[in-house]
Formats: sequence, structure tokens, C-alpha cells
Amino acid sequence: MLSFVFRRFISMIVTLWLIVTLTFFLMHAVPGSPFEKDGKGLNEAVAANLNAYYNLDKPLLVQYGLYLKQLVQFDLGPSIANSSDSVNKMIARGFPVSFQLGVVAILFAIVTGIALGVVAALQHNRLIDYIAMIIAVVGISIPSFVVASLLIKYLAVEWKLLPTATWGTWQHVVMPALALALGPIAIIARLTRTNMLEVLTQEYIETARAKGLSPATIVIKHALRNAILPVVTLLGALIANVLTGSFVIEKIFAIPGMGKYFVAGINNRDYSVIMGTTVFYSALLIFMMFVVDVLYGIIDPRIKFHGKESEG
Amino acid sequence: MIVSDDLFVPMRKDSASTEAIVRPQLTYWQGAWLRLRGNKLALAGLVIIVLLGVMAAVGPLISGHDYAKQSIISKNKGPSDMYWFGTDEFGRDVFTRVWYGARISLFVGLMAALIDFFIGVLYGGISGYLGGRIDNLMMRFIDILYGLPYLLVVILLMVVMGPGLLTIIVALSATGWIGMARTIRGQVLQMKNSEYVLAAKTMGAKPFYIIRKHLLPNAIGIIIVYVTLSVPNAIFSEAFLSFLGLGVQAPQASWGVMANDGLSTILSGHWWRLFFPAFFISLTMLAFNVLGDGLRDAFDPKSGR
Repeated sequence: MLSFVFRRFISMIVTLWLIVTLTFFLMHAVPGSPFEKDGKGLNEAVAANLNAYYNLDKPLLVQYGLYLKQLVQFDLGPSIANSSDSVNKMIARGFPVSFQLGVVAILFAIVTGIALGVVAALQHNRLIDYIAMIIAVVGISIPSFVVASLLIKYLAVEWKLLPTATWGTWQHVVMPALALALGPIAIIARLTRTNMLEVLTQEYIETARAKGLSPATIVIKHALRNAILPVVTLLGALIANVLTGSFVIEKIFAIPGMGKYFVAGINNRDYSVIMGTTVFYSALLIFMMFVVDVLYGIIDPRIKFHGKESEG
Repeated sequence: MIVSDDLFVPMRKDSASTEAIVRPQLTYWQGAWLRLRGNKLALAGLVIIVLLGVMAAVGPLISGHDYAKQSIISKNKGPSDMYWFGTDEFGRDVFTRVWYGARISLFVGLMAALIDFFIGVLYGGISGYLGGRIDNLMMRFIDILYGLPYLLVVILLMVVMGPGLLTIIVALSATGWIGMARTIRGQVLQMKNSEYVLAAKTMGAKPFYIIRKHLLPNAIGIIIVYVTLSVPNAIFSEAFLSFLGLGVQAPQASWGVMANDGLSTILSGHWWRLFFPAFFISLTMLAFNVLGDGLRDAFDPKSGR
């Protein structure tokens, strides 16, 4: 177990380093200087000063070394569009908001998705099953920004139930979290249902029933525990999904989260912000996947932590 | 009626008729088609996709309007005889633009799926067939790519290469082939130890011949399902990118771009500008998803539902 965690940790660091390298050289492959906007060049002295401030006057490899050195100290560098601001400060301001939204959306998706999948499987081929599967297909098919627009249109504008735009109270979280969660709910519900149906035909379920266990115990302790394993595997990808999906949702609801800074970074071609956000989110995601892998072993004791991973 | 004994004749035993195969033998494709035909939902998906394709081809021609022509007098008009889906803030016909956008969205989806298919099959096939250390190395590489938040990578590539149709396709394919490669590799790993591959090997077949003639035809079902399901993914990602301002550039339009432009209409009441592109994105996603599900069941009857 410990050696597995260690090996997984090392590969996590290597992946992260590769991402940083890739991002760095990609961003520096963009022709032109970030200070030349709309074709207007800067005064030579000013340009030289700016280049010096952002270390752009040094050879590429030296810049790369400096960037790595900064990263090890968890410093993502200053913003190019606004020199008084730094990427770290932006993350400190924006990420807590995005994190709050993301956590609510993920929890909501997991609970609803699993509940929907379990109920559908238990009521196989009955009305509730069909309704759940319709929700699942629709949830996969409708883009989150469409859901968000519909929610705003009805819940906020027509019926005035919830506030839209800005951020602050719990009411502000409801609509964006709902819009973000619908896709993951659909995926989780389908997966849970398929697995539940399969698990419910297994012999150990029969045995549990023969022992006279209550239906609730059978479903929760025996069936569900085995049925949600694939959901756990998917969790890493879903978290990534919600994190990036949040960019669009934050734009629609005017939420002051990471998405706002990232989209502004894209529009201003603010390379250090784009780079910093990519690195930060990649690190977060890779760490989440690491946690999921370790969790997987705890939920399913059959998984051995040594030997080669085999797929197929 | 009198029932006499001589009405009853013992049935003759005929060894030939008991051995006869009553049902006609079906090829793989016939069987799959038969199962798909029984699936009403998947068929409906297929019909919708064909219709969307036809409309994308002829839609901009039959409306009598140009997709890029602006007209101040007729801006933000609701659906009418003249403008079937209404007009946008520049007086451009939404009907024409929706089908023009369909061309771009469908093109992006199909191209991205095709490129994923070629790279994925090649990479996965080689990795799975060769096995051993090369397989290990190739899979390590995929594991690393898999750890990347793929939309961020796509955005990064788009920022570096500048927005545009070609960029979108390249950026989407750069990350999209990974899932395909993994699936193919799994299939090939499973099949390469089977007896018919061994037989082919003993007869001196070359590796590439075995991959082409034995392994790929057996994986074709899964490949088709995967391609079908990756089309809506690409369309979805394109809409997402357009929404962040990284899509095709004006006056060109894709569904994502149009939905983004129409977003402000939630409050102004010009609902048609958001509704039509959003509706057709959702319809396309739905059609491809149900068709993909149907194909999965058709090609693999054992897969539980």
C-alpha cells in the first residue's frame, strides 16, 4: 500500500512537471511580445524595462529555469496585463468562490446521480426507471449554458424565486450549481444503474436475501458498495469536468471566480494568467486523481497495490 | 364428425429435417442491423442525424437569405413568413445562420471524430499488438496525457494558434484520440491471444496483416460506437470554446457562437436568437447519443442494458 502511494506520488510529480514544461514552451512559442497590443509598439525603453521585469530579456532556458524555481516556491508570477496584480493573488481571490461552487455541484451530482441510478435499477423497466433514464439522456445532451439560460429565464426573471448575477448568499449558489451538476448527474445515474442491475443478479445478493437481511441493508451494504466502484473511478474526470465547465457558468452568472480571471486572461492574452491557471488546475486535478486512486483501494480491498496494472 | 383411428399417422422420423438450420445464417453486419432496427430510439436518432445533415446542406440555400448580410431595418424581428426563425441584432436571418452553423458544427464534430479514429486506432493497435516494454512506454505516455484537464489544454492550444476552424479541429483532436487508443488497445490485447490469431501467425502472416485483417475487423463494432459518441463530444467542446470567445470568427457562425451571441436575449425577450441554436445543439447531441447507445447494443448483444 505504502509503496503504491509512493510510486503514484512520484508519477504525479512527473506528470505535473511535464505539464508545466509543455505549457511553458507552448506559451513562449506564441510569436510577438505580449506587450504589443493592436499593432502598437511600445517605447523602446519602456519595453526593455517591462521585458526585464518579466524576465523576458533572458534566454528561453534561463526563463524556464526561473519559472520552475518560482513554481517550487508556489509563486505563479505577476500578471502581464496588470503589473500590480499577481496570479497568486487572483487565485486567492477567485478560487475560493469557484471551489465553493464546484464542491456544491459535485456533492449534489454524486448524491442525486447515485440515488437516481439506484432507484432506477430497483424499479427496473417501470415508470421511475424510464423517467430516470430520460433525465439521464437529456442531461447528457443539453449543454450546461443552455440549462443555465433556462434557469435564469424562469427561476430568476419570470418567477423571481432566486437572485441572479453576483455572489454572496446561498441562494446565489443554487442555479449555477444545478446547471453545472446536470451533466455529471446524468453520467453518474447511468453508470450506477447499469452496475446496480448487474450486481443485483449476483449470488451474494441472493445469499444476503436468504439470510433474511432487510432490503435496505442488502441494497446499501451489499449491492451499492460494489456498484459505485466504477463511479469512484470516474470521479477524477467528473471533477475536471465541473472545474472547467465552471468557466462558462461563471461567465453566465457573473460569478467572481477563477473563470472570470481565466476568461479575462484569454481575452487580454495575459500569458502568465493563462499559464498559471492551467498549471494550478492541472496540479489540483492530478492531486484529485491521486486521492481517488488511493480511495479506490480503501473502498475495494480486493485491489492489490503491487504488481503491474493491467487493463483490458 | 367421426374420428377414426386411421386419421392418426405416426410422424416419420427424418434425420435430414431435424438437422436442418431453420433460421437463415446472418452475417455480423446483418445481425447488428437487425438489432439496431428493433431499437426505435436509435433509429429515430439516425433519422434525425440524416435530416440535420440534409438541412445543413440545403438549409442556407432554400431560405432566400444570405448568412452574413446585415440589415438595420429588419433587426431583431421575430419568426415570420419572411424570416422563419427571426433575425438577429444585425438583421441577419437566423434560419440561414442556424443551418450555416450546422455545417460548421457538424464538420468540426465529424473531422475531430475521424482524426481521433485514425490516430487512436494506429496508436492503440500498435501498442496492444506489440505489447511488452513498448506497450508499457506508450501507455505511460497516455496516462500522463490522461491526467491533463483536457479543456484547458484545448484552450491553451487555441490561444497559441489563434482562433479559427482549423485550430479547433487540431486542438480537439490533440486530446481526443486518447480514449480511442485505450479502448482499441484493450480490445487488441484481448484478441491477440486467441486461436485464430495464433493460426494466422503459424501460417506466417506478418504483424501488420494480422492487425489489418484479423484484429481490426473484430474491433470494428466498438470503433463505430466510439466514433459515434465522440462526434457529439466534439460538437459540445466546440460550443463550449465558442462560448469563451475562442470559436470561429465573424461573420462565420457555429451553433456555439450563435448561442453565445443570443445569451443576452434572455432579458430582452428575443428568445429565438438563443432558442434555435441551443435547440439544435441539444437535438444533435441527443441524436448521436441515442444512436451510439443503440449501436453499442446492436454490436454487442451481451452488453446489459
